[in-house]
Amino acid sequence: MPEIKVTPLGAGQDVGRSCILVSIAGKNVMLDCGMHMGYNDDRRFPDFSYITQNGRLTDFLDCVIISHFHLDHCGALPYFSEMVGYDGPIYMTHPTKAICPILLEDYRKITVDKKGETNFFTSQMIKDCMKKVVAVHLHQTVQVDEELEIKAYYAGHVLGAAMFQIKVGCESVVYTGDYNMTPDRHLGAAWVDKCRPDLLITESTYATTIRDSKRCRERDFLKKVHETVERGGKVLIPVFALGRAQELCILLETFWERMNLKAPIYFSTGLTEKANHYYKLFITWTNQKIRKTFVQRNMFEFKHIKAFDRAFADNPGPMVVFATPGMLHAGQSLQIFRKWAGNEKNMVIMPGYCVQGTVGHKILSGQRKLEMEGRQILEVKMQVEYMSFSAHADAKGIMQLIRQAEPRNVLLVHGEAKKMEFLKQKIEQEFHVSCYMPANGETTTIFTNPSIPVDISLGLLKRETAIGLLPDAKKPKLMHGTLIMKDNSFRLVSPEQALKELGLAEHQLRFTCRVHIQDPRKEHETVLRVYNHLKGVLKDYSVQHLPDGSITVESILIQATAHSEDQGTKVLLVSWTYQDEELGSYLTALLKKGLPPSTS
Amino acid sequence: FFQYCLSGHPTLPCNVLKFKSTTIMLDCGLDMTSTLNFLPLPLVQSPRLSKLPGWVLKDGSTFLDKELKECSGHVFVDSVPEFCLPETELLDLSTVDVILISNYHCMMALPYITEYTGFTGTVYATEPTVQIGRLLMEELVNSIERVPKAQSASMWKNKEVQRLLPAPLKDAVEVSMWRKCYTMPEVNAALSKIQLVGYSQKIELFGAVQVTPLSSGYALGSSNWIIQSHYEKVSYVSGSSLLTTHPQPMDQASLKNSDVLILTGLTQIPTANPDGMVGEFCSNLAMTVRNGGNVLVPCYPSGVIYDLLECLYQYIDSAGLSTVPFYFISPVANSSLEFSQIFAEWLCHNKQTKVYLPEPPFPHAELIQTNKLKHYPSIHGDFSNDFKQPCVVFTGHPSLRFGDVVHFMELWGKSSLNTVIFTEPDFSYLDALAPYQPLAMKCVYCPIDTRLNFIQVSKLLKEVQPLHVVCPEQYTQPPPTQSHRTDLMIDCQPPPMSYRRAEVLTLPYKRRYEKIEIMPELADSLVPLEIKPGISLATVSAVLHTKDNKHVLQLPPKPPQPPTSKKRKRVSDDVPECKPLKSLLSGSIPVDQFVQTLEKHGFSDVKVEDTAKGHIVLLQEAETLIQIEEDSTHIICDNDEPLRVKLRDLVLKFLQKF
Repeated sequence: MPEIKVTPLGAGQDVGRSCILVSIAGKNVMLDCGMHMGYNDDRRFPDFSYITQNGRLTDFLDCVIISHFHLDHCGALPYFSEMVGYDGPIYMTHPTKAICPILLEDYRKITVDKKGETNFFTSQMIKDCMKKVVAVHLHQTVQVDEELEIKAYYAGHVLGAAMFQIKVGCESVVYTGDYNMTPDRHLGAAWVDKCRPDLLITESTYATTIRDSKRCRERDFLKKVHETVERGGKVLIPVFALGRAQELCILLETFWERMNLKAPIYFSTGLTEKANHYYKLFITWTNQKIRKTFVQRNMFEFKHIKAFDRAFADNPGPMVVFATPGMLHAGQSLQIFRKWAGNEKNMVIMPGYCVQGTVGHKILSGQRKLEMEGRQILEVKMQVEYMSFSAHADAKGIMQLIRQAEPRNVLLVHGEAKKMEFLKQKIEQEFHVSCYMPANGETTTIFTNPSIPVDISLGLLKRETAIGLLPDAKKPKLMHGTLIMKDNSFRLVSPEQALKELGLAEHQLRFTCRVHIQDPRKEHETVLRVYNHLKGVLKDYSVQHLPDGSITVESILIQATAHSEDQGTKVLLVSWTYQDEELGSYLTALLKKGLPPSTS
Repeated sequence: FFQYCLSGHPTLPCNVLKFKSTTIMLDCGLDMTSTLNFLPLPLVQSPRLSKLPGWVLKDGSTFLDKELKECSGHVFVDSVPEFCLPETELLDLSTVDVILISNYHCMMALPYITEYTGFTGTVYATEPTVQIGRLLMEELVNSIERVPKAQSASMWKNKEVQRLLPAPLKDAVEVSMWRKCYTMPEVNAALSKIQLVGYSQKIELFGAVQVTPLSSGYALGSSNWIIQSHYEKVSYVSGSSLLTTHPQPMDQASLKNSDVLILTGLTQIPTANPDGMVGEFCSNLAMTVRNGGNVLVPCYPSGVIYDLLECLYQYIDSAGLSTVPFYFISPVANSSLEFSQIFAEWLCHNKQTKVYLPEPPFPHAELIQTNKLKHYPSIHGDFSNDFKQPCVVFTGHPSLRFGDVVHFMELWGKSSLNTVIFTEPDFSYLDALAPYQPLAMKCVYCPIDTRLNFIQVSKLLKEVQPLHVVCPEQYTQPPPTQSHRTDLMIDCQPPPMSYRRAEVLTLPYKRRYEKIEIMPELADSLVPLEIKPGISLATVSAVLHTKDNKHVLQLPPKPPQPPTSKKRKRVSDDVPECKPLKSLLSGSIPVDQFVQTLEKHGFSDVKVEDTAKGHIVLLQEAETLIQIEEDSTHIICDNDEPLRVKLRDLVLKFLQKF
């Protein structure tokens, strides 16, 4: 039976290092190629040796799909394509193709230049890797090869984020990547049509969370920032350069404008301006409102938010700083954090999910004494706030997406095992579909039951639909045809045509039964009695009395002769072909019972 | 399969295709050449225009002198300009299911169709097509509405009167169908019916037909369309270009294997080379400005103007024009320049790469930043303060009948220092200039039409090999003014089928097959039999379900269990309900083996007689006779059903069922 196999190399019961292998109808597709923020060793990248031990990846994989530019979805790509070696196509949307290399370069710099690692991918490798990327439009059907096609849907998570449908024949899988079902200040909501995939692979970061209204969260956030600034404290907001950063910038910008606040807002790293430029050029990927008004006012041109300089961190007085990266695991955000952590007037707001092992995750789980590099202990006195601004679907959103797509099976990735377990039950209960949550390296097999498309000759179809149009159309009509299977082509034609095509002659099988009837009358009178009898019983059939004295019931012929010895007995010859078997057999049985007493 | 041709204009097509059970409109272009018969609409009171004499008939009657004015021997209608709509009587347009738009120039009649005909379907177009199409419509409505005209001439349209008028008014077609411009609410209503699509997106229509837009290389978001079912494919090619300008290149490969290729929107100036024209444009512009004159470029607010600005960006410094101001005046100038920068995905490769840097794809961003290019919504307001001469002005409308261009024609027409350069190919420049004659200003004609020329068409057709080509009749003969140029027509085999306005064509193709799905349960129950090497057959008896034009075959329902009760039923109850069709049989029966089989099954008195065509097998005791011939078998027996069934099954063992 046809099957779909799914093996997560990363993001199986975990967040980070998203990388999922899918085998569908003989095609192998790799979904995402991410890095893990929680590890600095081999575990940071997926174990590609799982795919093939000694063969070339290019021979094994038909294509690679990247859902969006976050590093936990694309961070391992140059390593995979240039160091392990893959030359096949890599698909992503235009904004992802534009932004992805910038983040990869940033990641490379932090790892190689700051941490001094060697044996890491180089800038040239990022460039070479990006040459293998094919950019796709939303809703465009990309024909990877003759059989395999993929299609991107809007996912709303970050600029250019997409969900992908992977389809071979009538079997299909939808992979959501990360998505958001509620539109926010700068992006629209994820959308997929009722494509009824055999399998929906969905992220489940917020599997158990039902988030309160966005308004409340935003108000809360603004209140906290405002209070801290009012009492002269500094606010650190660790973010990734693209994504939530723009969302929160728009939020603060409008608040500062409205409240006429003077405390400076900074955005760290040179990426900012560049990042905002991407948003301006790819404005068609943002939400309705921003797209409509961009000619008059571009939302990504900020008045109050200025570029940050490292020296500013020591300035006295209140300030708000957006710094990268978002999980406090390296870079500028970590540096500023170390500077400000000791002062209880200050505040750090974590606006998104933090992977296990990062400083962000530690302080969120309540740790206040952190061991830093060189055995140094950092005491955290500043206030630590968590505010879920990451644009992931919550439990409600995930259920909503399942309702939209109507999959036959669901598979959860990109979440924590415990939470997945809960969501899995909920999904199975509500939708009565199987739900899977494989761990990394564990293969899930789903059996599909595809129907088989064949070509039916128009003549045969028309003949059948013409019958179907009779008044009695409610009754299912049996249709009869011959399926010709030749060189993988399937054609359904009428039996006559099949015989003709194969150069075969029809063999006619005919039966003639002698039925004895006791009737002393003359032959033609017997025939008339038989005729009347049949006509009375077989109301729905065409019963005819022909001039030559024979009777036909449809194409069955009945003739009467006198018995050679017994004048009181007549012999009816009932003759039919194999095709009329049922009716012929019925008629002989009927006649055997004799004729009803004559009414005349 | 029919094609209804609602427009006779080869580059502003409007066709309706009846394909399977769907009715699809391909483009709705608006023929604006009708406006050339009208007087220009001046933004500022023009003494010259208002003093034009009324037209007097040969017999001296003056009843038309309010409606018709004479200027340098030409007669113009003094009224709000009107447009020639696509045919609306040829078929009931409320039955149109969908409208496919190929580019923003070919959607200008959309409000007339969607708002006046009872249309309830969906319109499909790409995002740049809709956005820029909206800008073109906005500009059109704006330039007509801001010059309210008190009178609306209609007397001249009377058939009896029209006969008396001089050409070209006398010969104008369907004047009774000409309509005034639509309004913004109508534009908005029409555009709200559009659903956005991307290139290579497959759109299912009622399960019967799939339509797909493909890049056509002519303008931002311009598309050709594939309309196909599983077995037939119609390619609709409209306004395509193989030149590398700013849009994404044309997708030619996907047009292959078409049964019918409908070809419209070829270049209107087949003898002019666009590159050469751009060169002439630049040199004429430079010469005029150097001599202290002004340059007027009547143009649409989007399209070729982006390429011209890009050329000038590279050209102005070397030509010493860096101090000359360039003005772009249109109510949608700003929007057009901004929109051009955000459609990275619809641009050619080079421009896409720029966006990845990230830099704006078009250099006019820099021209604006450095103040070399300034844009204004109209000549009123800021422009009048900033206006410096000599200068270059880009403004609409190319027909010279409305828009800010009318003002500049009146202002600059009297001086021979100035030049008007025509770049848009849609209007004859001589006709456009007629109501401004006599004119001192220089006129240069540099039509830039990047659409396919006949050489490119013949290469394209060789490449994609359609079975049939359908095109407007204009493409099947040389242009009337160059009747010796037999190279300026479509040359293909078989010769193209041509159409003209208000004609209905029957498209030549015949379907033989349809797609049907066999449900897995039914597929499992089939027993394939290899008849010849590599060819297997299986007989299928199944129930046909048809829903939303999709056909599915399912296992027949299990026959209800025959009643086991011993109670005798009346015979008539058992009349077979429907006639299940029995398979056909094929093969032949080897007599010797057949006899052996009979004997094995207990028939002891088998006798065989030879006949002319075969054999007769006799079962004497059973008084049964079996005639066996090459392709027939006849069992003649007493009414002994068990015996007959037994013999039948023995015969069937030797035959194949179909």
